[in-house]
Amino acid sequence: MSVANPVAPTAPPAKTPSWIYRHEEALTAWVLLLPAVLSAVAFVAFPVIMAIWLSLQSWDLLTPARFVGLQNYVDILFHDPHFRQAVGNTVYFVVGQVPLTVAVSMLLAVLLNQKLKGVSWFRTAFYTPIVTSTVSVAMVWMWLLNGDFGLINWALRFLGVAHPPNWLADPVWSKPALILMSVWHSAGYFMVIFLAGLQTIPENLYEAAEVDGAGPWKRFWAITFPLLSSTTFLVIVLLVMDVFNIFDQVYMMTKGGPNGSTETIVYYIYSHGFEWFHMGYACAMAWILFVIVFVLTLIQFRLQKRWVHYE
Amino acid sequence: MSEAGVVTGRPESRSLGRLRRATAGSLLLYAALLVGAILTLTPFLWTLSTSLKTPQTVFSIPPTFIPRPVYWQNYTDALNAAPLFRFLWNSAFLATTITVLRLATCSMAAYAFGRLRFPGRDTLFLLFLGTMMIPEHVTLIPNFVLMKFLHFYNTYKALILPSAFSVFGTFLLRQYFMTLPYELEEAARIDGCSRIGSFVRIILPLSKPALATLGVLTFKGIWNWFLWPLVMLNDYKAFPIQVGLAFFQGQVTVRWGPLMAGTTLAMLPVLIVFFLGQKHFIQSMALAGLGGR
Repeated sequence: MSVANPVAPTAPPAKTPSWIYRHEEALTAWVLLLPAVLSAVAFVAFPVIMAIWLSLQSWDLLTPARFVGLQNYVDILFHDPHFRQAVGNTVYFVVGQVPLTVAVSMLLAVLLNQKLKGVSWFRTAFYTPIVTSTVSVAMVWMWLLNGDFGLINWALRFLGVAHPPNWLADPVWSKPALILMSVWHSAGYFMVIFLAGLQTIPENLYEAAEVDGAGPWKRFWAITFPLLSSTTFLVIVLLVMDVFNIFDQVYMMTKGGPNGSTETIVYYIYSHGFEWFHMGYACAMAWILFVIVFVLTLIQFRLQKRWVHYE
Repeated sequence: MSEAGVVTGRPESRSLGRLRRATAGSLLLYAALLVGAILTLTPFLWTLSTSLKTPQTVFSIPPTFIPRPVYWQNYTDALNAAPLFRFLWNSAFLATTITVLRLATCSMAAYAFGRLRFPGRDTLFLLFLGTMMIPEHVTLIPNFVLMKFLHFYNTYKALILPSAFSVFGTFLLRQYFMTLPYELEEAARIDGCSRIGSFVRIILPLSKPALATLGVLTFKGIWNWFLWPLVMLNDYKAFPIQVGLAFFQGQVTVRWGPLMAGTTLAMLPVLIVFFLGQKHFIQSMALAGLGGR
C-alpha cells in the first residue's frame, strides 16, 4: 500500500462506474452540502436579488407592483422627515449604548479576573440577564420604569430626587431608559467575552509592572487596555451592528413613541412593511440601513490601526 | 493579583503593609461586586415579588419585597388571559426541531468544507461566509413575500425551513472538525469505512463539545426569536413564547400582578435550565465567541 495516500485502495470494486470512483470525494462533499446550498440559495441569495428588485417597485401586496425606479430611495432620503428622525434616534442609541456597554462589561471583567474566592458566583449573577429574552426583559422594565409606582423612581425619590422623570412617557427620557435596560441586559455577555480576552494577557507583565511600582490604575491603562484592544474592537463592531438593528424592545415598550422619540430604523421598516404594506419602500429602507452599517464597519476597520494592538 | 511578599529580599514591614493593603482592597472589591450583583438580580426578584401581590399591595409605597398575603390569583388570571403554557410548548417544539435540523445540516456542510477536497471548495466557503454580512432586515420582506407565495404563511414551515441551516454554525463546527487528527479517519478508511461512515462514527462523536455549543446557541436563539414569528404567524394558538408574551401584554395591559405572573412563567424555564447548567452554558457561549450573542 502506498504511503503517500493510504486512503485509496489499490483497485476499484467491480460494478461501480469508474467516474463515480474517481470523483467519490467531490460527490460525497456535494451530497453533504446539498441542504446548505439549497437553504442559502432559497433564503439568502434569491431574497437578496428580490430585495433589490422590490426596492424599485411600488407594491402593496394586493394590486400589481409598479416599477418606480429609484423613487423610493429619493423619497426616503430627501422627503421623509420620519426616516430622518428614526436615523437620529438610532444613532443616539448607538452613541449611548455602545460605549456604556463596553465600559460596564470591561469593568466587570477586570474585577472578576482577580483570583478571589466566589468569583464564579458573581459571574453567574452578572450573566443571568442575557439568558432571558429581550421581550420578557422589556415587560420587566416597563414595570420598573413606571413613573408613579416603578421601583427605579421610588429609589430615586428615596435618594432625594423630588421629581424623577416619567421615563417611557417622556420624549427626553425614553431613549436613556431603553439604553439603561439594554446595558443591564447585555453587559454580562460581553463580560464573558472580555474575560476570555483577559486570560490571554501574560501574568508576568503585571508582576513586572508591580515591581516597577505601577498602581492598579496605571497597570490597567498600560497593560490591560492595550492588550485587550483586539477584543474591544470586535465587541464594538458587533455592538454597533446589534444596536442598529434594535426592534424588540421598541415594539414591546413604546411602539416608537412618545412623539416618535424611540422610533428606530428597523421599527420604521417594520411599520412600512407590515402595518402599511409599502413593500418596495420598506425594502429600499432596508438597503439604506445596510449601506449605513456596512460603511460604518469599514470605517471602524480603517481606524483600528490607530488604536488596536496586535502582537 | 499577585501574592504579597513573593519578591524576596524585601523588608518584612513592607510586605506586611502590602498584605494589609491587599486585604483591604479585596474587601472593597467584594463589596463592589456584591452591590453590582444585587442590582443585577433585583429586576428578577421584583418581578417574582410583584407576581404574588394583590392588586392593592402592588402599588404600596414604600415598596415591599415580601408579598403579604401571597396572592396566587395573578397566575390564574394570567393563564386565563392567554394560553402561556401552550406558547411555551410551541417554543419548545420549534426550538427542538430547528436545533436538530441545524445540527444535522451544519455538521454535514462543515465536514465537506473542513475535511474533504473538491474543486471550488474555498470559493464556495467564502461565498457562504459572505452571506453572514446580509442582515436579517434585508431579507425580511422578500422572505415574507416568498412564504406568502408558497402558502406557508401562518404555518411552522415558514419558521422551520429558513432557519434549518446556519452559516455561523457551519463555520463553528468546521473550525472544530479541522483540529481533529486525520490519522483517525485514515485508519478507519483502510478498514473499509466509507467517508460518510467515518463522518458519522468518528468525527461526530469526537465533536460533542462543539455540537453542544451550537445546540445550546441555536436553542436559545430560537427560544428568544421575535421579529420573524411575529410577522409570519397569525393564529395566536401557534405563537411561540416571545410573540405570545406580546399578545398576552395586549390582553392584560396594565394589571401589573398578572403581567408579572405571565412574565415569570415565560422566564422561569430558561432561568432554571441556566442555573442547573450555568458553568457549561457560559463555557459554551465563550467557545462560540462573539457569534453567541
